[in-house]
Amino acid sequence: MSTDLSLKLFRSMYRIRAVEEEIAHRYPEGKMRCPVHLSIGQESIPAAFAESINTTDFAVSTHRGHAHYLAKGGNLNAMIAEIYGKATGCAKGKGGSMHLIDLGVNFMGTSAIVGNSIPIGVGLALSAQLKGTRQISCVFLGDGAVEEGVFYESVNFAAVRHLPVLFICENNLYSVYSPLTVRQPKGRSIAKMVEAMGLKVAICNGDDVLSTHNIINNAVTEIRNGSGPQFLEFSTYRWREHCGPHFDNDIGYRTEDEFHAWQMRDPLCGLEHDFKQMSSSITKQVDEIKAQIDTEIIEAFDLAESAPFPMQSEAYEGVYA
Amino acid sequence: MLQKNFAAAINEALHQAMEIDQSVICYGLGVTDPKAVFGTTSNLEARFCSDRVFDMPTSENAMTGVAIGAALNGIKSVMTHQRVDFFLLALDQLVNSAAKWHYMFGGQNSVPITIRLIIGRGWGQGPTHSQNLQAWFAHIPGLKVVMPTTPEDAKGLLLASIFDPNPVVFLEHRWLHNTVGEVPDGDYRIPLGQARKVRSGSDITIVSMSYMTVEAIHAADYLATQGVSCEVIDLRTIKPLDWCAVFDSVTKTGRLLALDSGFTTGSVAGEIVARVAIEKFSELKAAPARLAMPDVPEPTSPGLTKGFYVRAADIAEKALEMMGRDASEVRRDIVEPIPHDVPGEWFKGPF
Repeated sequence: MSTDLSLKLFRSMYRIRAVEEEIAHRYPEGKMRCPVHLSIGQESIPAAFAESINTTDFAVSTHRGHAHYLAKGGNLNAMIAEIYGKATGCAKGKGGSMHLIDLGVNFMGTSAIVGNSIPIGVGLALSAQLKGTRQISCVFLGDGAVEEGVFYESVNFAAVRHLPVLFICENNLYSVYSPLTVRQPKGRSIAKMVEAMGLKVAICNGDDVLSTHNIINNAVTEIRNGSGPQFLEFSTYRWREHCGPHFDNDIGYRTEDEFHAWQMRDPLCGLEHDFKQMSSSITKQVDEIKAQIDTEIIEAFDLAESAPFPMQSEAYEGVYA
Repeated sequence: MLQKNFAAAINEALHQAMEIDQSVICYGLGVTDPKAVFGTTSNLEARFCSDRVFDMPTSENAMTGVAIGAALNGIKSVMTHQRVDFFLLALDQLVNSAAKWHYMFGGQNSVPITIRLIIGRGWGQGPTHSQNLQAWFAHIPGLKVVMPTTPEDAKGLLLASIFDPNPVVFLEHRWLHNTVGEVPDGDYRIPLGQARKVRSGSDITIVSMSYMTVEAIHAADYLATQGVSCEVIDLRTIKPLDWCAVFDSVTKTGRLLALDSGFTTGSVAGEIVARVAIEKFSELKAAPARLAMPDVPEPTSPGLTKGFYVRAADIAEKALEMMGRDASEVRRDIVEPIPHDVPGEWFKGPF
């Protein structure tokens, strides 16, 4: 593992964390008037993805999609403006936090309906296959989406047509407040089940960002070389409430101990700790990365706050293409 | 122009679209099987290869999402289901994604997909093989809803639907597949959103769609013998609806009878009555009326479907009542065909 790659992964994780923390910090002001689903605690997977994927590859994601949008290279200013409902937003204020898009980097959209974007990602893979390009399509999903019928339909079709699609499952153990234990049988492995459907799969601890990167990078390379669809399952943990800026360990659906156990393994803190053991030049680079990102984020929020809202008349426009 | 039936006209439109544009693909359960969806997809696979024409898993919802995803990268999918009812499994993808994609992402891209759905009727199609859900689809902003009646319209509207940049729900009534008419050759397109005046008249406007237009024509022909001049408007596109054609006709006749092949409550016919009452109230000489299917599922037994459908006699009777005329002879003059549960001798079942 090169320090160079570690720094890139750190940068990507830190940027996602800092953006999400700033959203959480400012959310109570009431200016971001849409639901937000933060990825704090889950950054290692999108960060590893960011260092493995080409701009021309496709990606789709979910209601918890800020991190994936940023990892794919989505424009930060346009995302923050979208969450503020401004005309400069990536969907011109029509979509909000749950409907992010940046066609400049082939981040094709996110959906607020669990499982909804899965077949859309598969369709993008079909289009790449039909056109004979070497693009792959990446589908982000959570453990809850695995319980939707459309997931099985999509995996099945991807297998039938040998499509260049990478399913990335972030298993954070909870669907809103419902634990995995009430939703899926004890002892069942999601990845093993998908393997039985004909996909190559891998399971990885998402807290290990270097292994996570290794697994995603290998899968991307193999799919690009014609392996057909693959499914990766990463264990991870969302630190804050399902929807909104707060911590919610006090309301009783999970324990403070469980939360702390995951927080102790935070790969972002882990990497930063490792860097501090290295040379002073590395430490300096880390500080520079953080300062640069912090500035970028403040600028994005300033731009979003000062941008105009869309014209009221635009609410009635764009129903049809 | 050659005489062709409706199913052949659909087939011709598909061949034409795939020939014109390499990005058009066609899939659905059975599109490559020996029956080729009542002949509508015949010879497509042989001509355009299995990459572009293929059978699919029985996964209506995901396969709709696949069409959406492919559309975002420039592929125009024509997806076919042998019954509307099967497609209800795909409403998430249709309503939450296809219909809204253009709007909710700020107009940056769109979803040019065409979903062919076939409406069954009679021969025991029963509660789940016979639903006319055009009003449901029309309720959703962002969808276009098309219901052709004639072979010519079937071809022209299907080609227009495939090349429309929006998602189109294209509803084919099974009782129309064997109807014959002239079908123009070549890349023949009929703009979406334009109704067609099937009969010109001065006493009453009958607004109709799909197979109901056939019944409306029978009724109009009978009413002509009774001295009632009907104007029959075939909507062709349910959404966007050609309100100008409806309003112009009602302004001329002062009477509106709206027909619908779907259930009564929340029907397209109900919407037409409402809009006409709101916007053309002063032009009306009689209360507007509608005839649609009763608010019960369609039963299966031929014993139960006798007299169940809205037919020419019902339309003629209602029209005469609206004219203040005696309608007591109508049922003597127009009797329900025997058997009542097939579109004609050609239909031998099973679906």
